[in-house]
Amino acid sequence: MSAPATTITAVTPDGPEVAVAPVKRRRLRFVANPKAATGLAVLAFFCLIAIIGPWVAPYDPSARSSDLIQAPSGKHWFGTTHLGQDIFSQVLVGTRGVMFVGLLAGLVATALSILIGVSAGFLGGAADDSLSALSNVFLVIPALPLIIIVASTIPSAGDLMVALVIGLTSWAWGARVLRAQTLSLRRRDYVEAARATGESTWRIITFEIMPNLTAIIASGFVGTVIFAVMSEITLAFIGISTISEWNWGTILFWAQSQQALAQGAWWWFVPAGLAIAVLGTALSLINFGIDEFVSPRLRSSGHTRVKTKDGHSVRMRVGFTPVLSSKAAPVTPVVPRREKEEVA
Amino acid sequence: MKFLLQRLAFYLFTAWAALTINFFIPRLIPGDPVTSLINKFQGQMSTDAINSLYVLFGLDKNASIWSQYVDYWGQVFHGDLGLSFTFFPTPVSEILRQSLPWTIALVGITTFASFMIGTSLGVLAGWRRGSIMDGLLPVTTFLSSIPYFWLGLLAITLLAGPDSFFPSSGGYEPGLVPSWNAEFIGSAVQHSLLPAITILISSVSGWILTMRNMMVTVASEDYITVAHAKGLPERRVMVSYAARNALLPNVSGFALSLGFIVGGTLLVEIVFSYPGIGYNLFQAVGAKDYPLMQGVFLVITLSVLVANLLADVVYLLLDPRTRKEG
Repeated sequence: MSAPATTITAVTPDGPEVAVAPVKRRRLRFVANPKAATGLAVLAFFCLIAIIGPWVAPYDPSARSSDLIQAPSGKHWFGTTHLGQDIFSQVLVGTRGVMFVGLLAGLVATALSILIGVSAGFLGGAADDSLSALSNVFLVIPALPLIIIVASTIPSAGDLMVALVIGLTSWAWGARVLRAQTLSLRRRDYVEAARATGESTWRIITFEIMPNLTAIIASGFVGTVIFAVMSEITLAFIGISTISEWNWGTILFWAQSQQALAQGAWWWFVPAGLAIAVLGTALSLINFGIDEFVSPRLRSSGHTRVKTKDGHSVRMRVGFTPVLSSKAAPVTPVVPRREKEEVA
Repeated sequence: MKFLLQRLAFYLFTAWAALTINFFIPRLIPGDPVTSLINKFQGQMSTDAINSLYVLFGLDKNASIWSQYVDYWGQVFHGDLGLSFTFFPTPVSEILRQSLPWTIALVGITTFASFMIGTSLGVLAGWRRGSIMDGLLPVTTFLSSIPYFWLGLLAITLLAGPDSFFPSSGGYEPGLVPSWNAEFIGSAVQHSLLPAITILISSVSGWILTMRNMMVTVASEDYITVAHAKGLPERRVMVSYAARNALLPNVSGFALSLGFIVGGTLLVEIVFSYPGIGYNLFQAVGAKDYPLMQGVFLVITLSVLVANLLADVVYLLLDPRTRKEG
């Protein structure tokens, strides 16, 4: 296969460009989606903060000072706490814990959902019945109370422990979606062909089925990360995970327990909450991007109103045949518009 | 009928699984915090109460795991969930009985309302694609990314205050005694407005989005084209043809996402100190009150299962295919 391609490049100098361009465009098409691009950019920003946060933070997040409960100023960008701690530094340092738990829990849950969902869908029969019963049980049992109970029973729940608990309890949704998709892929012709040529089950799953599940796996991963971030912050906010490690939930925990609301210290909980909301929005945007990438119908079409030449305006919609209104359209506008076009 | 029986069997199985998880969690974790709590209340507890905690938390190391399991089931069936340490010496079941109605009223009504509002907005957004309704999507995405409890904090700061109409905490005026008179109910409604709005705002967008996407998918089906071709009014096509079919996955989605939603709404209770189950859970976590925590988990799980069963009945009514004889 590669031989003809190389000869072409040798013969025509502009060959490689012609050959590469469509592939490149396909790769970039996901990033070209404005929603996905915005989401990825914001996510990259938070990842950067997670890495460099502790170094760029102007103060030690736990260090006390004499500036008690001060509003945001040039010295303390996000104000200070009841102990004079710098909230800006707390948010910066806390990003690492949030991102770590979110990504690790997402990885654990995604791995489990692939393992359980794909094998349930591919194997079928009794294995499918028992595995989907298992994931349905985990789906129906309220996850957050379960996580709270498990995490509060563990003596010292650090970031790693919290991530594992969240990951182990939140794989069910992904498994369900993956199972459904695998079921529909299993009987496709190319899978039958692979089976007929004697490929092993393992190879069919990893090389024939999995590549076609990429989008679903990716959106499942992103969804789990959102859920994990929320759960972790919730745990910290209720005061279950260790308060010594900073994350956005810990900031909110102190704000709540030190009556920040009653003291009117809005700067104490607004930055952390906004950070959560922005991160969550970014992840949802990536997920919308993936959804629209897979199913172009879902794209919110920009301008659907089309003006016909004789001045009618018609709304184009999927599944609808545009109908012109019965009113006779004014004929005059046609002429000036033509003139404009000529001028332009 | 067969469909309903299948679902019922599944929920019984899930209830069994939840109880079994509840049985194993305290037994798998190293150390036994409950023993130290029992020692703390030494002399104030009756032998019966201590016994029931022994059975619930597996403190009796001599009994085999199987006999512990059988004892545990026997006790749970009698409704004995042990004594709460936070509200000593009230039994856990008594506390839950008091707070469950509050949670069901707040969470139940708001979840239902948010489903209805979100679904109808989603129908419009999906049907009028490319209109102003598309602008709704990014806004609701942002709102749904905000944690419930943080929105609650914000609502308290902005709207509640000493001289505001909205009280910032509690379920009713401190001086009132819970009863069925107008004054008490009015006060309870006034106290639940702010938490209800908070839950509504952050949970409605999920329904809008899924309903919109289903409507978009359904709008290109053949039967919609046929309905248009027959010259049916636009409104009729939208509601009776497109929305009715798009609703089905949303209803089964309602059942499945209930677990997630309930988790989030419990936190709203915490922020508003609303006298429901979520606030109990918060108090229990703070005081390391394990019997109360486990009781709360059980009650939440069972309520979610019942709600799921109700959603299944609704699904049965909406989708004639599941009513097939045989």
